[in-house]
Amino acid sequence: MTTSSTSPKTGTASEATPTTGRGWFFGLGDQWNSLPRPQQWAWLVPVVVLIYALPLLNPPLLTTEPGTNFPLALFDVARFALIAIGLNVVVGQAGLLDLGYVGFFAIGSYVAALLTSPDSVLWHIPYLWTLPLAMAVTMVFGLILGAPTLRLRGDYLAIVTLGFGEIVRLLATIVEPLKGQVGFQSVGHPPGTNSEGNAIFAVSNGTPWYWLCVTITIIVLFLVGNLERSRVGRAWVAIREDEDAAEIMGVATIRFKLWAFVIGAAIGGLSGALFAGQIGFVNNQKFDVPTSVLFLAAVVLGGSGNKVGVILGAFVVSYIPNRFVELAAYKYLIFGVALIVLMIFRPQGLLGARQRLLAYGRQAYLRIVGKPEQLSSDSSLKGEGDRIS
Amino acid sequence: MTEPTGDDRRDPAAPDPGTERASGTERIGRHAADATPAGTAAHTEGGVELDEQTREEAVQRADEHTEHLAAEGPGLVPDGEGSIVEQLAHMTAEELAEREAEVAEVVAPDRDIAVEVGDTLLSMDAVTMRFGGLVALDAVSFDLKRGEILGLIGPNGAGKTTCFNALTGVYRPTSGQVRLEGQPLGRRSRHQITRLGIARTFQNIRLFGEMTALENVVVGADARHRTSVVGALLRLPRHHREERQAIDRAMALLEFVGIAHRAADKARNLPYGDQRRLEIARALATEPKLLCLDEPAAGFNPAEKDNLMGLIRKIRDDGYTVLLIEHDMRLVMGVTDRIVVLEFGRKIAEGLPSEIRENPAVIAAYLGVPDDATA
Repeated sequence: MTTSSTSPKTGTASEATPTTGRGWFFGLGDQWNSLPRPQQWAWLVPVVVLIYALPLLNPPLLTTEPGTNFPLALFDVARFALIAIGLNVVVGQAGLLDLGYVGFFAIGSYVAALLTSPDSVLWHIPYLWTLPLAMAVTMVFGLILGAPTLRLRGDYLAIVTLGFGEIVRLLATIVEPLKGQVGFQSVGHPPGTNSEGNAIFAVSNGTPWYWLCVTITIIVLFLVGNLERSRVGRAWVAIREDEDAAEIMGVATIRFKLWAFVIGAAIGGLSGALFAGQIGFVNNQKFDVPTSVLFLAAVVLGGSGNKVGVILGAFVVSYIPNRFVELAAYKYLIFGVALIVLMIFRPQGLLGARQRLLAYGRQAYLRIVGKPEQLSSDSSLKGEGDRIS
Repeated sequence: MTEPTGDDRRDPAAPDPGTERASGTERIGRHAADATPAGTAAHTEGGVELDEQTREEAVQRADEHTEHLAAEGPGLVPDGEGSIVEQLAHMTAEELAEREAEVAEVVAPDRDIAVEVGDTLLSMDAVTMRFGGLVALDAVSFDLKRGEILGLIGPNGAGKTTCFNALTGVYRPTSGQVRLEGQPLGRRSRHQITRLGIARTFQNIRLFGEMTALENVVVGADARHRTSVVGALLRLPRHHREERQAIDRAMALLEFVGIAHRAADKARNLPYGDQRRLEIARALATEPKLLCLDEPAAGFNPAEKDNLMGLIRKIRDDGYTVLLIEHDMRLVMGVTDRIVVLEFGRKIAEGLPSEIRENPAVIAAYLGVPDDATA
């Protein structure tokens, strides 16, 4: 009997790892991944503190004033980050092209508005309760949309979701109780007043809203990370890579696609409710297709399938129009050109897809080969690897 | 070398009937207890036979392994320092053989199979596949016995891959039935059939390229797991347990097929031969009752084919049943216990390799028949 199959061939492992010079910026990720966990935390904690302190520091170069109120601009960034993380579950992880994500965002906004605004005839509940409720309602809508459509693939799914986004917006216009363009005034906000008796979470006061949104984003990041490093995240990536092979390897593809859709929808609804609360006013004007495309641009620009990447993309997409107000009118042109240029030179986005899919992967890889896994994804697009090597 | 029923360790009456994997202690301990001289060839490879002393050592090692699992994470742990791959490089032949036996024990299927070794595991019952006017399979019937390696051969376009697709649920037979352990597969979906116990590899390699080799195998292992989305979200105990088991088994599988040193590399960066091995490991991770290999030696040189033959035998000796589609006659004749020959969607012969070699119909199908003979 031949047994040479198990004899190890050490020394060859490192040869296969492509070492492409990508500059310090893209090399940073690999350095980060090779750091031990405690050291990563040691770096992360001050970064998080800094992120929380940003609206108070109002750093000179970073600030968006006088054009835009800085804390409000930061809230915008945080809101986009949350949306991008949610959309990344659908587009980046599971590979389902969703052009109607704004529909879930709109439903979340309307749930918050309908249940807290004095303009609404429905019963009213405290604002904070609308956040989980908005998630629950959008999950139901995600299920309703996903169940019949997730048998479709690629382009067809994109068209159906595009239609969904438009349907939600048109319903808001047509259905009487949703008040179309008139909309809902003074949507609720979290309780609390300062020493002068004004509400802490006032429409004009971005800082507490920013902190709330950052906190929620961090919690969502943890939960989504838990999913990623489990059979759920592996099922999503397997579906993205090769849906047929995934199914034949025992992945219940329809079920996991539906889960990705529903979880993405819930995060979209949550960010919608936050948005409605901060802005204090909801009508049908903010949920058009270009907004949906802007969400998608944040994901694709930053690096679909990479949580840090999509946050970076969200920052770019939401911060630049606020920072350079004179450019805001041209933002779609600028992002359009940026996307085209990016697709030519770096089709995987600023940071390529990268995922850790095993809960104990770090120990396992060190145990078996003595080094961390190969994460440096040169491309999430197939065929790119051939060009490099 | 061909002793399809030689592996009696997989008897349904054996201990540990549950579908959950046994703990490390029980698993390796069971291996030591089972490794009688009549055990599989893998156990006695290199002239090592486990006596009382080694059995005690095995139990002790198993205890250490359990402690290690609790402390450091998963992996069959060798005694020394350094990573598993480094340690394998410095092992003596004896240690390697012992290690191989350990790995084989983890890899072995650990689920109930209703039929005894040697009885019919899967039967194709007059399966017909029609695509429009084309009859790709015409009332093909054959049985697969548990513990054997069955070769499915035939000229190009004979319907081999269609046959594969019919029994893995990719196609639904136009008429006829596929039965696993006597149960018709019926209208089950593909992932359900995989969970029932039929796993396959692909003629054109279809790995998840952006995943590491280890992650690819863990996807296969996930087929046997039941962690819910909520369980994964909140990291409930079952999630932790199944993650450890999946990684443990996946690492053993990579070592079993001989690509442990590639565990951390992305699948698309693996050399061709290693990708084929990774496909086999991924399919084995689902703990199939029947493993279907679709031209696993395509593109291999003779030395690689020899290695592959060794691996296929090792898989069978570990308690799996194998259905093999292959073009290479030397490989098919060398490794299979029985052969079924298809031509134009019909079964033209079935029998032992030696019989098939002499069968005039098969020779005609492969070499063609002179024109005057058919006239």
